[in-house]
Amino acid sequence: MVYVSAMLVLGGLGALFGVALALAAKKFAVEQDPRFEKIVEVLPGANCGGCGYPGCSGLAEAISKGSAPVDACPVGGAAVAAKVATIMGQEPVKGYVRKVARVMCGGDRANASTRFLYSGLNDCKAAGLVAGGPKACTYGCLGLGSCVRACPFDAMRMGDNGLPIVDEEKCTGCGKCVAACPRNLIVLVPDSSKVNVYCKSEARGAQVRKVCKVGCIGCGLCVKVCPNSAIVLENNLASILPEKCDACGRCVEKCPTKCIIMKGEGASSGCQGQAAPRACAG
Amino acid sequence: MRLKTFRGGAHVPHFKELTATKPIRDARLPAKVVVALHQHTGAPCEALVKVGDHVKVGQKIGDSKAALTAPVHAPVSGKVVDIAPYPQSGGREVVSIVIESDGLQEVADTVRPKGELDGLSQGDLREIIREAGIVGLGGAAFPTYFKLTPPPGKSFDTLIINGSECEPYLTADQRLMMERPEDAIFGTRVLMKAAGVSRAFIGIEENKPEAIEAMQKAAERHSGIEIVPLAAKYPQGAEKQLIKAIVNREVPCGGLPVDVGVIVNNVGTAVAVGEAISTGMPLVERVVTVTGSPVKEPSNLKVKIGTLVSDLVEECEGFASEPAKVIIGGPMMGVAQFTMDIPVTKGTSGVLFLTIDEVSLEEPLPCVRCGKCVENCPMHLLPLFISQYADAGRFDEAAEYGAMDCIECGSCSFICPSRRHLVQSIRLAKAEIAARRRKK
Repeated sequence: MVYVSAMLVLGGLGALFGVALALAAKKFAVEQDPRFEKIVEVLPGANCGGCGYPGCSGLAEAISKGSAPVDACPVGGAAVAAKVATIMGQEPVKGYVRKVARVMCGGDRANASTRFLYSGLNDCKAAGLVAGGPKACTYGCLGLGSCVRACPFDAMRMGDNGLPIVDEEKCTGCGKCVAACPRNLIVLVPDSSKVNVYCKSEARGAQVRKVCKVGCIGCGLCVKVCPNSAIVLENNLASILPEKCDACGRCVEKCPTKCIIMKGEGASSGCQGQAAPRACAG
Repeated sequence: MRLKTFRGGAHVPHFKELTATKPIRDARLPAKVVVALHQHTGAPCEALVKVGDHVKVGQKIGDSKAALTAPVHAPVSGKVVDIAPYPQSGGREVVSIVIESDGLQEVADTVRPKGELDGLSQGDLREIIREAGIVGLGGAAFPTYFKLTPPPGKSFDTLIINGSECEPYLTADQRLMMERPEDAIFGTRVLMKAAGVSRAFIGIEENKPEAIEAMQKAAERHSGIEIVPLAAKYPQGAEKQLIKAIVNREVPCGGLPVDVGVIVNNVGTAVAVGEAISTGMPLVERVVTVTGSPVKEPSNLKVKIGTLVSDLVEECEGFASEPAKVIIGGPMMGVAQFTMDIPVTKGTSGVLFLTIDEVSLEEPLPCVRCGKCVENCPMHLLPLFISQYADAGRFDEAAEYGAMDCIECGSCSFICPSRRHLVQSIRLAKAEIAARRRKK
């Protein structure tokens, strides 16, 4: 008979707690937007943080509350934006531009000189703190691969010539590498953009020539030759406005240091779809 | 008697025998000097001369109106040939005044003795020290007059003169104390008066017995000055460790020596201060140890500020073997250079050359958590954790572990059996944390 009372006591306690929990679940229930779950499901789930929110659920919450646009996920691109728009009951976004990362430096081992042998922490930021970095050009790529390690999508690798290579097929434009580069060499460009200036040096021409064979010397020939006024020269550096550029290739031909490059050109086979064709060719 | 010291630190080899017995000699007058307008902590100076001007020795050629700065003076007489950015130690470019020497060394009229010490007030002394452009000659190059002026509500009760010279290879301070003890003591008395204190300690590591003896003899006649022999341990010459060893006070985290009533000055600074009073000559030259196994004739040289390192090599009869690394300062805290076309500045205590065999290029191995860095850290930090957080990009945690209190002495990197780049990681963390704090 002992076990009967034990059963009754424990069973009673179980029932009591069950009811209490059920009531508590009702009373303290967190109201959640049903769209939140759905959005989480369609987001890529890489938790890369490229959108600026803490992970995919962070972004999903922001979108469901209306504080972030439906196309805020740079990784998912147009497809995800369309799905999210449907969930949110909005019109699908038009004119979505896929962006990819490109490394705007052509100063590989063959073309750019170094000032000293660096032996230390394998990190670009740390190397940059040592006497301004081993590269003679203080604007150039330090080549220690901090960007490659920052890429959550395995879209980057270090080339044999000391420059990082972006696989544009895999690149989602999350911008992690952009933040990792202490020299601000990586830029997110529309993947339709064909012609880019692969140099970020604001040094004067003579100075650039001393340290790099393929740096922009700010001569301005590209500006003169461009029929669409798509090139501007600022601080000894040419830059191309992608919205005006029609990829006629005149500047590519004219550039004396060949730092302006057309995507897919000047590259050997197997170099398709990669950001720095020179890096790939070398 | 047990020697005074601090807890932690590393027993590094001294390598001082290369130059310890070499008397200080005057370096040849350089054909040209490159005087940087920013060789101190604080605001850069503006040039007071133009290209083409003729300058005399000791003439003020750069100054600034900022509160924290130090004027610069012409170390040679001659013609100003250029005012433009020139590379400095550490890879940065600083606007510098280039003077071509005329070899006459005419002294400017402003350079004259300032009179007896008794006749000068505390304010006079601070002004003289400022005008003489004197900064800490130990390496940090912090303007001395600024240090001598305590912030409101605080005051000094003790002056410590740092003669420990704990960096391996360097012997500039040691030779100075052996050869000019009277001048060092006079400078100490000037600093005591300028800081308003009645007692001073001069800390010297026990591996320099001749220096201790000479200084003791010179200090005998003066009350309030005591020579304190210290254990020869690195970093004995670091400000906070020196204070702990001599007066047993601990500078609070994030604080300055003035918070515990102490002011610390290098012995070289004391000599320069004494000279600014007795002859009126501003800081235009300093003692530099040029050393290392590749150097044919390692020397302690009295060098004009602005002399190029390549000129110093020539002065030491060039190289016997090829150097692989050039370091401004000592091997522990010095800064490696990629060119020898950089000038000596007020903070240059030595130039060290190392051969390839002496330079460690080993790849770091994983941390084995032996705890040696923790044992040796003179700031009682946990270098392994700070560096691991820094490597992982978790700088907030690195800050919580006291990254900002690191004095970058290098004891942890020196002792690490895995040859990890601990100080470099921590330095990166410090730079990141400082940048984030500025942003806020």
